[in-house]
Formats: sequence, C-alpha cells, structure tokens
Amino acid sequence: MSGLMQVHGLTRRFGGLVAVNDVSLELNVGEVHAVIGTNGAGKSTLINMLSGEIAPSQGRILLAGADITQRPQARRALDGIGRSYQRTTIFPEFTARENCRLAAQAASPRPWAFWQTAQACQRSGDAADAALEATGLSTLSARVAGTLSHGAKRQLEVAMCLATQPRVLLLDEPLAGMGAEETERMLTLLERLKPRHAVLLVEHDMDAVFRIAERITVMVNGSVIASGNPHAIRHDPQVRSAYLGEEELA
Amino acid sequence: MDLATFLVQCLNAVQYGLLLFLLASGLTLIFGIMGVINLAHGSFYMLGAYLAFALSPLFGNHFLSMLLTGMVLAAVFGYALEWLFFSYLYQRDHLQQVLMTYGLILVFEELRSMLVGNDVHGVPIPAWLSGSFSLGGIMQYPWYRLFASAACIVLAVALYVVVNRTRLGMMIRAGASNRDMVRGLGIDIRRLYRVVFAAGVALAALAGMIAAPMASVYPNMGASVLIICFVVVVIGGIGSITGALVASLLVGFVDTFGKVFFADLAGLGIYVLMAMVLIWRPEGLMGRRA
Amino acid sequence: MNTTTLSVQTTPAARHRWGATAWLPLLVLVALALAGFLLQGYPADLVVKIMVLAIFALSLQLLVGMTGLVSLGHAAYFGVGAYVAVLASGEAGGNLFVLLALSMGAAALYALAVGALSLRTRGVYFIMVTLAFAQMAYFIFHDTSLGGGSDGIYLNVRPAAGPLDMENRSVVYYVVLAALAFTYGLLALIQRSRFGAALAGIRVNEQRMRAAGFSTYGYKLAAFVIAGALAGLAGFLVAARDGFVNPEMLSWHISGEVLLMVILGGMGHLRGAVLGAVAFTLLKEVLATQAFVGPLANHWQLTLGLAIILFVALLPKGLIGLAQRRKEKQ
Repeated sequence: MSGLMQVHGLTRRFGGLVAVNDVSLELNVGEVHAVIGTNGAGKSTLINMLSGEIAPSQGRILLAGADITQRPQARRALDGIGRSYQRTTIFPEFTARENCRLAAQAASPRPWAFWQTAQACQRSGDAADAALEATGLSTLSARVAGTLSHGAKRQLEVAMCLATQPRVLLLDEPLAGMGAEETERMLTLLERLKPRHAVLLVEHDMDAVFRIAERITVMVNGSVIASGNPHAIRHDPQVRSAYLGEEELA
Repeated sequence: MDLATFLVQCLNAVQYGLLLFLLASGLTLIFGIMGVINLAHGSFYMLGAYLAFALSPLFGNHFLSMLLTGMVLAAVFGYALEWLFFSYLYQRDHLQQVLMTYGLILVFEELRSMLVGNDVHGVPIPAWLSGSFSLGGIMQYPWYRLFASAACIVLAVALYVVVNRTRLGMMIRAGASNRDMVRGLGIDIRRLYRVVFAAGVALAALAGMIAAPMASVYPNMGASVLIICFVVVVIGGIGSITGALVASLLVGFVDTFGKVFFADLAGLGIYVLMAMVLIWRPEGLMGRRA
Repeated sequence: MNTTTLSVQTTPAARHRWGATAWLPLLVLVALALAGFLLQGYPADLVVKIMVLAIFALSLQLLVGMTGLVSLGHAAYFGVGAYVAVLASGEAGGNLFVLLALSMGAAALYALAVGALSLRTRGVYFIMVTLAFAQMAYFIFHDTSLGGGSDGIYLNVRPAAGPLDMENRSVVYYVVLAALAFTYGLLALIQRSRFGAALAGIRVNEQRMRAAGFSTYGYKLAAFVIAGALAGLAGFLVAARDGFVNPEMLSWHISGEVLLMVILGGMGHLRGAVLGAVAFTLLKEVLATQAFVGPLANHWQLTLGLAIILFVALLPKGLIGLAQRRKEKQ
C-alpha cells in the first residue's frame, strides 16, 4: 500500500457485536474510493474510526506513513483529515460564511488573543471564501445557514469540510436527500476536488458511485466482500448475490 | 478498631447506603426514562419524613401499615404532580428543568413552613422495633436500624422484580431506550411516565419515612440529601439502577468509615470518591458510554 | 431525550456592529457614574448590590450563554473569592490590589480543579457534578476550622490602597463600578474574538468543532476558569463591601439564583446578565415588602418560587427575548 491514507485490518467490536471486521483499504490523491453496503454494514462505524470519533478495537490507520490510530479527532483534523456528516451538522444560526470561517479558524494561531476580533482574521476569512467559491455557494455567503435549502445545506456541509484545507476527504452520504440537479452539482464538485484530494465516499446512490469512483469497496455485515474498480465490482458474483441482488446495473 | 465496632460500622454503612439507594433509584429512574432532572426530589424525602410525623400518632405501633399508607399517599401526590407540572417539563431543555424544579423547591419549602411550621420534630420508634440486640455479646445494635436495612432490601428486590420480570418493567426499559417505538406499540406513554414518576416519589417518601425516627424531621432536610443523591447517581451512572445500588453502598461505606477515621473532614470523602470516578470513568461505574 | 443544547438566536455578524452594541452600555456606565455623586444611603447600597450581582451574573453568562455549559455550582468561586479576601487580610487589613489578585487567583484555581474534572462529563452529569463540587466547597467553609464555621468571619479592616479605602462608601461605589465596566468590557471583547467565536461554535455543536480541529476541552476549561475568576471578583467585592463572609455565599441557593438571573435577563447577551441581576434583585425586594404584596410578604419563598416557574415557562428567552419579539412584531 502506498496511499495517502492506509487502513490495515480495522476492527470494531461493541460488546458481542462485531460492527467492522478486519477492513483494509487505501485512499490515494486523485481518486474517489467509494464504500457501499446495505444499512448496518458498518460504513458509519468505519468512517467514525477514520475521522477519530471512535477508537478501533484492532487495526491501524496510517496518514502519509505516520500511524494515527491513537490520535484524537481534533488533531487528525489539523493533520488534514476533513469529514462531512450524513446528518447535516452545520451551525444553523450563523451565516454560511461564518460556518466556513469558524471551521477554518481551528488552524489559526494564538486563539487566546481576545483583543482581536474574529472577523479580522484574514486567514480564516480567505479560507472560507475559497471554500464557498469551490462549492458554488459564494452568492449565499451572507445568508443565515438555517434558512438555506436542503441541497445548499449539504453543499455547505462539504464547504465546511473544505475550509479546513484537508488532504483527505471523508464524505458520509453527501448526496442524501438531494434531487437530480443538486446531485449533478455535487458530482461536478467532487470531480473538481479529485485531483488534489484523496476522497472516501460512503454513498447509497449507485449511479453516482459507479460514475465517479475509481475504486469501490463493498461491505456486508461489517466485512469487506469485494474491492476493486467499478467494472470488476459490477461483475463480481459475490457482490451481485449479496448486495445488488437481481438489480440490473447496465 | 476491634471487630465488634467494625461490624457495627459496616452495618451502619449498609443501612445508610440502602436508604440512599431508595432515593437514588427514584431519581435515576425518572431521569433515565423521562429525561427530567428534578431538583425537587429531596422535597419528596422531606415529604415522607413529615408524613411519618403526621401519621405516627394515628398508627401508633402499626408501623408497616403506616409506611404503606404513606407510600400510597405519596404515590397519589406524585401522580398528580406529574400530571399538573412535570409533564410540561419533558420538552424543555435541562436548564429550564433545573430552574423550574428549583422554583418548585421554594414553593414546597414555604408550603411546609405554612402548614407544619419550622420546628424540629421527632418521630418515635414503634415499640416492637425499639431496643437493641447484642452483637457477639460485646456491642449493641438497634433493632430499628436492622429493620431499616431489611425494608430497603425488600424494596430493592421488589424493584428488581418489577423492572426485570414484569410487563410494566419491560415497558419501562423499552421506554428508556426508545420512546417513539413504545408509543408506536400502542402503549400510553403518558400514563407510563405518570406511574414511573409516582413510583419515584413513593420511593423517596418511603426513604424519608424510614429515616424519620433515626434522624428527626427538620426543614432543609431535603437539600443535603439531594446533593448526596446526585453524587450517587453520578458515581453509579444515570439510568442504571444497579449502578445506583453499587454507588449508594460505596458512598455509605466511604461516609461512615470516613467519619470514624477522619472526623472533621469526613464530609469530603464522598466528593473525593466522585472525583476519582470522574477521572477513571466519567460516565459512571455502570453508565452507558456516550 | 432532551439535550442541554441551548438555542440562542445570536448571529456573530450582528454583534460586531459597534454602533448597535456600544452606545447603550456606555450610556448606562455614564449614568451610574453620575448617580454615584447623587445617591446616598439605601438607594446607593441597592445600586452597589445590583452592580456586584451583575458582575456575578456576567461571569456565569460566559459559561452558560456563550459556551453552553450549565453550571449549577457557580457560587463556589464567588464564595472562595470572598473568603480568601477575608482570610488573607491581616489584622491591619490588606492591600486592595493584592487581595483582589489573591481572591481572583484562588477562585480561578478552584475553577481549574473543578473544571478539569467536571468537563469530562456532559449534560445532566455536568450539572450535577458542578453542584456537588460547590457543595464540597460549602462544606469546607461550613464544617471545618478553615472557615470559622456556620457563623462566618469578619474583616477587621477593609482593604485599601492609598486613597482607595473600602471603608469609604463612595470608594466602594466607584471601585465596584470600575470592576463592572472591566468585566463587561472584557466579556464584550471575548465575545467578538476568535476565542469567543470558538465558544459559540462549541455551544451550538461541539462535535462539529472537534471535527474541524478544535480541542474543545481546552476551550471549555479556559472559559470555566475565566468565569470562575470573575465570580471571585464579585465575591471579593462583597467581602470588601460588607466586611463579612459566611458559608451561605456558597450555597446552592446562590448558584440557583445567579443562574436564574442569566435566564431571566436573556441568555447569550451581556446586557441580559446585567438586566437579569437588576430584575431579580428588584423582584426579591418587591416580594418581601408588605407595601407591595401585603401579607404575602412573609411568604416570599412561595411567591418567588411561583414567579420563577412562570418566568422560565413563559419567557424562556428572558426579558431581552421579549424585547426582541416586540421589535419583530413592529
């Protein structure tokens, strides 16, 4: 393995239940690595372990060669791991710009300098503007986040992730609840982000996954049953029977 | 310390711990199932003590009947209180619950003052429970304290049976983990809450009634016991009755033996214990890890 | 299940407009400064009392309104500040500034210890733990030889520093006013700063802040310690003003009352804390005066309890929330 983020034999047990069982994968810059699976397959637990919210029971996670398995979430974020959530976790009472600026502020030096106003912080302001630009939300930057449409909120969720200028993007169902046009916009955004980021995409929308991913890992009941390029996955007999069933995937 | 004294202190510790358990179990049930933090829980303890004071002349030696009557009265009061007041608290955030129940304490304190005055009262121990028996021929231990422990154990067992082996208990446990599902199953969740709340009040009142002959009846008795109750719930873990039992006994021992060895600073013991638990397991000994 | 997420409608952007926020507090400051020359006796005492409580309430606003940490044990730092002021004063009284520093330092230290442990918990646990640690401090001053027992202790001589002698009522007034201005100004700066923005983010969604890279524990602890130090300042002023401290200053009634002031005035707004201190003090005065409520004055606990319940139930956003609603309707 040589990827920016490497996962070796990651396992997570909750009492007697094995939620994630010996999962290994790799994230490379320039690639979208999608993880698909039915509900309860362990995808959320996996992404939580990668972002640092839950500690694994076993296994290792490496970022650019360094072992980050024990590193707390905040530290991982500063190291370049960005995460978006399945349930929208933006700050509804702040403006879209303030959402991104605050996220970007995490890396600002001298947080204790209380005599300087937050709005005067050039660094975080610029990062916020760049993130909003990248996600196409510049025109909505002054809107209070809680008043945005669902699609815009999901985009803001990704923008907040980008504001911290990560190298690795862990995206948890960014397309959830989106219509066709919004999905198209998000996929175009992901294509634009690909060249400079390593992306892990957990998704249910199969069309989107097969369109955008370079690699697909399929999970069932916590274990990986197949991993490979979209073509290989589409024709893998195990995947067909276990997950895709009789679905036509032409 | 010789063996006899040690045994006596152990018995005292267990008795105190079990009494705390009655209080803490009610508090943790109410919080675990309805999500309400209730500062007025100590007032129910006080209610029990004053009930004992009021009922004792009427019942004389029929102590058990008095306890039962008191519990029923407290349960009815609790049922009504939930209906009229607490049911409006469920949708509110913890800060509002804290402040509204704080207001309730003030109301209860004043009502108590208006109805029964501010004097300190005693409640006589019934004749058949008075006196002591000898421990190994060396020390005397009061029958009443033994009775107190026994009564608490009976309640603890009854609580266990109800929560784990009855339909009501099943609904309670289900309601604790998934409110909406219980509602979907057609169980009247509002009535369930009312029953649980009434039970919590009854348990607290019972603790007060049992404690009354030992500790006398006075204003503000609810306040000090409430905070110790909170410490017990923090140590044991919110929502866990077993945790409440373990923590109550722990606190009972730390407090009782603390008084023997450290006299003045004994009161600090339980806070030190709490601090240690916070360092080691912040969610409580048997609490669910968030 | 309820959470302790507090919903406060404040957009950081709005607060940064100097015009909107600065003139009212400055006006009040000037008015109070002038009033100091005119007021005597009971009215002057009342204003000083309210100003000190305003400092106390402001210190809690930092925790509750700005960071979302509901502490039910804030009286502890208030009391520690007060007691240290008295205990550190020698026979001949102490230097005003030295004692002030000691008081605030001691309060901050206790807040550091309690915060370090309490912040390992969340939600209801946090509320109960902060209450418990305050009770522990109460116990130390009430039951051990350190505090002089339930009767409290007296100051021999009030603190002084050159011409600033707290034995002089006028000096007390202006020292308290200066402390209030300092506290308000400091918190206003914090609210607009990066630190304050981070606290606001933690209040709204702590998980999200961690995901962005903030070490939220550190921020919360810093807020807790600063709040403790400012509460200690209020305690110091009470000790210097009255020349007397007693353990009831650390009781949970005080913790409950200061929490009430914050929610009564309006959470998240600095003006709210001051307004809450004013409103609550006046409410207590009114309810205990026969001229206003007749025979009910003797049962002020009952009326106060009912008033609290009604206020919290009907005005969860406090008086400031009420004013905002009126403005929106127009």
